[in-house]
Amino acid sequence: MSILVNKDTKVIVQGFTGGEGTFHAGQCMDYGTQIVGGVTPGKGGQEHLGKPVFNTVKEAIKATNATVSMVFVPPAFVADAVMEAAEAGIELAVIITEGAPVRDMQMAKAYAVKQGMKTIGPNCPGIITAGECKIGIMPGNIFKKGSVGLISKSGTLTYEGANQVVNEGFGITTAVGIGGDPIIGLSYKQLLPMFEADPETKAIVMIGEIGGDLEIQAAKLIKEQITKPVVAFIAGQSAPAGKRMGHAGAIISGSAGTAKEKMDALEAVGVKVVVSPAEIGKAVKEVLSK
Amino acid sequence: MNIHEYQAKQVFAKYGVPTPRGIIANTVEEAVANAKELGGNIWVVKAQIHAGGRGLGGGVKLAKSIEEVETLAGEILGMTLVTHQTGPEGKLVQKVYIEEGADIKDELYLSVVLDRAAELPIIMASTEGGMDIETVADKTPEKIIKVAVDPSIGFQSFHGRELVFGLGITDKAEQKKMVQFASKLYKLYMENDAEMIEINPLIKTGAGDFIALDGKMGFDDSALGRHPDIEAMRDITEEDADEREASEYGLSYIALDGEIGCMVNGAGLAMGTMDTINYMGGTPANFLDVGGTANAQTVAKGFEIILKNPNVKAIFVNIFGGIVRCDRIANGILEATKLVDVNVPVIVRLDGTNAPEAAVILENANIDNIITATDLGDGAAKAVAAAKGEL
Repeated sequence: MSILVNKDTKVIVQGFTGGEGTFHAGQCMDYGTQIVGGVTPGKGGQEHLGKPVFNTVKEAIKATNATVSMVFVPPAFVADAVMEAAEAGIELAVIITEGAPVRDMQMAKAYAVKQGMKTIGPNCPGIITAGECKIGIMPGNIFKKGSVGLISKSGTLTYEGANQVVNEGFGITTAVGIGGDPIIGLSYKQLLPMFEADPETKAIVMIGEIGGDLEIQAAKLIKEQITKPVVAFIAGQSAPAGKRMGHAGAIISGSAGTAKEKMDALEAVGVKVVVSPAEIGKAVKEVLSK
Repeated sequence: MNIHEYQAKQVFAKYGVPTPRGIIANTVEEAVANAKELGGNIWVVKAQIHAGGRGLGGGVKLAKSIEEVETLAGEILGMTLVTHQTGPEGKLVQKVYIEEGADIKDELYLSVVLDRAAELPIIMASTEGGMDIETVADKTPEKIIKVAVDPSIGFQSFHGRELVFGLGITDKAEQKKMVQFASKLYKLYMENDAEMIEINPLIKTGAGDFIALDGKMGFDDSALGRHPDIEAMRDITEEDADEREASEYGLSYIALDGEIGCMVNGAGLAMGTMDTINYMGGTPANFLDVGGTANAQTVAKGFEIILKNPNVKAIFVNIFGGIVRCDRIANGILEATKLVDVNVPVIVRLDGTNAPEAAVILENANIDNIITATDLGDGAAKAVAAAKGEL
């Protein structure tokens, strides 16, 4: 078991034939992901990496029965690609592209929700179910199969956390990099209950950052719904108070979004909070040997 | 990207959002000429820096004669203005905005910003303008009105009604003016990919007109490409020179006051590395994210920027390769040692894609002050020891 994706998941790549799309689609295929084709407008009918290329997502779904799309299109075209996927009936879009305008993502996310399509990202490493399916840019070799679910805002901290968990001998069920942009798809709030429901997942690692209040919301949810042990690290305890302009941002979130505020909130609901990412592996070992 | 008050008011004017008349000045002579051109018998001399709290810091003064404009412009131009939003080092004032005086009856607050939780733009308003609005939000949250606007329907009349009734505006003509004001501001926010617009105070004049007496605006950096007119307003003198130089090479750099230079890939791991250094008793000298496309040239640039800081006693390179391949970083480090005189110990931890190849590259190079580390904890411990001269 795992969450969201597994060895049977059929994946198409939007932006298949571009440099990044080509390199990472190849890496995903090497890992064992069922990449069944891709979409590059104007290149329909060609073959790329041994898979068919389509002009539209609709054609790709019709021909391949894909349910997930990995999005590598350039930033200015991300919203369009995501909305096309949502309209065509894709169930989950994993958006890797960095630098998509916030206004575009606001619109694309709202439409995805309306169409019932889940999204991950943008500006994230993607999702990986260890040993089965990698949809993203993470180095696959460090994600060994095991019993720990991982959710992270930060790309490289996802790798750092997973590597330590694996080195302690536990391994990963599914790891999700949710990204840290102002508008993101699936977050702690949706993913924690999925891990709670997954029988193979025995513990959950959540990695957050300063800013916003997603971790505070997660703490409330953990108190109410999560019985599995959770280990958390919040990056940015030593970040200096940012230079900023205006006050509107701070008022709207109703919180300063500091690392301490988040760590306290998580600790208060029984989460094992570590002060350094170097302690994640040890903490997982500790909660799982209780 | 942020812009100055005078620039924000230019954008406001383009959208028909009322502002006082004003002219920007770079010198005292220009300030005097501007005051004469504006006419009247009262002027406001306003320091232009990218930070709030200018009034409290002494950067906004009232002048009742041309002589006073001259004196005040002379005082404010060239001063280092320290406010609660500049950091303790303050900001050098290079421009003053000369504005006509206004007939202030009431002071309100109005802003447009993204509500991350609702994932919608939100208009916030308050009758408590001219004050520190965070204090208002904290002490009397009921005095802040929040109206979310779904872009798929845009600003509708009911949004306007929520706003004016929330603000207690009863006069029909004033209600209409306020609704128009907010509607224009929302349009401006959406069409320019603004990140934040804040007007504090927004004043009501004796004649019942609403005017933006101040204006702060920030824009989504990712969308600047489609707004060349906004991008042209960038004032690079407001940005840290080292941070700017770094960004030209795809590096994200922020100077801090510690002793251990950090070069890391990914903002989260970079912060996590700083946290670990602190936890182990050291102090980070900077935040530096080399990004996902680092190569020999960018790494060399990173070393150069880190080493400009004379406090740096050791450098910790912590790379977990996903997109960025470790062998590239290893080559970059070797290249950097040829391009830049790296005269402090460099602790290197490379993990992830092509890490074994990277280890071989560093080993074969056999450079004295390069010390390899096995993991994040080991690397941070070695960096802290090296900075203390104990390695």
